Amino acid sequence: MTDFLTAGLGLKPQHYDAALACTAAGLWFEVHPENYMVAGGPRLAWLEAIRSKHPLSLHGVALSLAADTEPDAAHLKRLASLAGRIEPVLVSEHLAWSTWRGAYHPDLLPFPRTTAALTRIADNVSRTQDALQRRIAIENPSHYLKIDGHEWTEAEFLHELARRTGCGLLLDVNNVYVSAHNLGYSAADYLDAFPGDAVMEIHLAGHAPDPNLGHALLVDSHDAPVAAEVWTLYARLIGRIGARPTLIERDDNLPEFEVLLDERARAAAVLRGLLAEAA
Amino acid sequence: MISPGILARFQDDFSRALLATDTAIPPAMTALATQPAFAVYRNTVMKACIDALQANYPAITRLVGDEWLRAAAAIYVRDARPTQPMLLHFGADFADFLGRFEPAADLPYLPGVARLDRYWTEAHVADSEEVLDPAALTRLASGNFFRAQLQPHAATHWAWFDDAPIYTIWSRNRSNGAVDTDIQWQPEGALLTRPRDAVLWRPFGRAGCAFLSACAAGGTLADATHAALEVDAEADLGRLMADMLEAGAFSRLHITP
Repeated sequence: MTDFLTAGLGLKPQHYDAALACTAAGLWFEVHPENYMVAGGPRLAWLEAIRSKHPLSLHGVALSLAADTEPDAAHLKRLASLAGRIEPVLVSEHLAWSTWRGAYHPDLLPFPRTTAALTRIADNVSRTQDALQRRIAIENPSHYLKIDGHEWTEAEFLHELARRTGCGLLLDVNNVYVSAHNLGYSAADYLDAFPGDAVMEIHLAGHAPDPNLGHALLVDSHDAPVAAEVWTLYARLIGRIGARPTLIERDDNLPEFEVLLDERARAAAVLRGLLAEAA
Repeated sequence: MISPGILARFQDDFSRALLATDTAIPPAMTALATQPAFAVYRNTVMKACIDALQANYPAITRLVGDEWLRAAAAIYVRDARPTQPMLLHFGADFADFLGRFEPAADLPYLPGVARLDRYWTEAHVADSEEVLDPAALTRLASGNFFRAQLQPHAATHWAWFDDAPIYTIWSRNRSNGAVDTDIQWQPEGALLTRPRDAVLWRPFGRAGCAFLSACAAGGTLADATHAALEVDAEADLGRLMADMLEAGAFSRLHITP
């Protein structure tokens, strides 16, 4: 069960020692499993040490669940093996693709949300849940392109995916904000329509204007503090669906661990309802 | 089996457009790839590949600087995209690329240094086997000594470089050591081990490299000793053995029938 999880932090190698020593109540960490799919050595030892002190979540970026093919069996086996070793409190992946015909494109790529795609992705999610013997959460990625041929809105698509497979959802509020800005819809409306009951985890992160296009295009850069607008959307969401495990993601331009802890404390305060008036 | 549906066709076209020059975009992707936002995907993919190469080759990066490394990496990535998602294995043949790379022609030591950066990564993530207790060798009955086989530890890597002091150049640039003092230009070898959590390295002779190669090929101590003396008749095998055991170069000892 994940009931006891409050606010967590993405864990970067630069912060291992501080993370290991930290005793903040309810703190948990999240890592990309692809960085720990190794035979042995200090990486796994670090992860196991962190796991002995804090709950850990595995947030995959490479299962390529939205590819029109089954998940790579070897990769799934590596993920299952790591999950068996670490016993993560949450496992999540993305509504996106990255591996295709033997090439790995290190990004979360978009696709037309058709009913045929839904059938394929539901099958891939079910295969993954079967291999891991657990429920996983699927995250909404950031969008940049106007793609023709969508038959479903993203929220409806994810809702139906959860209904068909029993999977949970990981709602990234920053991705919603970035996508709504880039594609021209209301982030608040998107969040209001999102199936709250299926949400197992929430992500918050920073974004930045595209270096070439400026504010016309926001990029999910994970290199800055969570934006004020995203905090507002988050508080409003929590007000509607209730508390959910919430992760502060930071991958670049990494500040001191204490700075991230402060950001994480702000999310924890929202979860406790102390900042509900921000909504 | 990939179904020939709309999604598969989209992914074929999108993949091609990601890698294509602007003039070679598949017609079905024109509407997408001409949106300025398409560059976000291209840039993210390219940046992730270049970041991974830079992270995997720190001594090379320190030698040539960020700008040179990232420019070279961008050219490498054009023909060598990742084939699997564990990016710490990306660029396994970067040393070979640097050997062919015209702008690196006056830096002939780069391929050797890249090889040691690669060995460091392989040692870092290798299986955490037990290291052979040196006492196992002293307990060996003298009659069994030359029939014994020593198994190199999963993390152990070694290399001999005939034409440049690669070990000195690599170790100075790997550990942020001084790089301004003179280097004696001579052949050198390297031994990398990981007896516990940290990867260790030390200079290593030609005889030692031949010895470990013979062990890795399944040879007995007699075979390995012969191989070592063949490349260096003056080699001090007692000291070599002590060095290797102290470094944690072996995992197991078997006695052949």
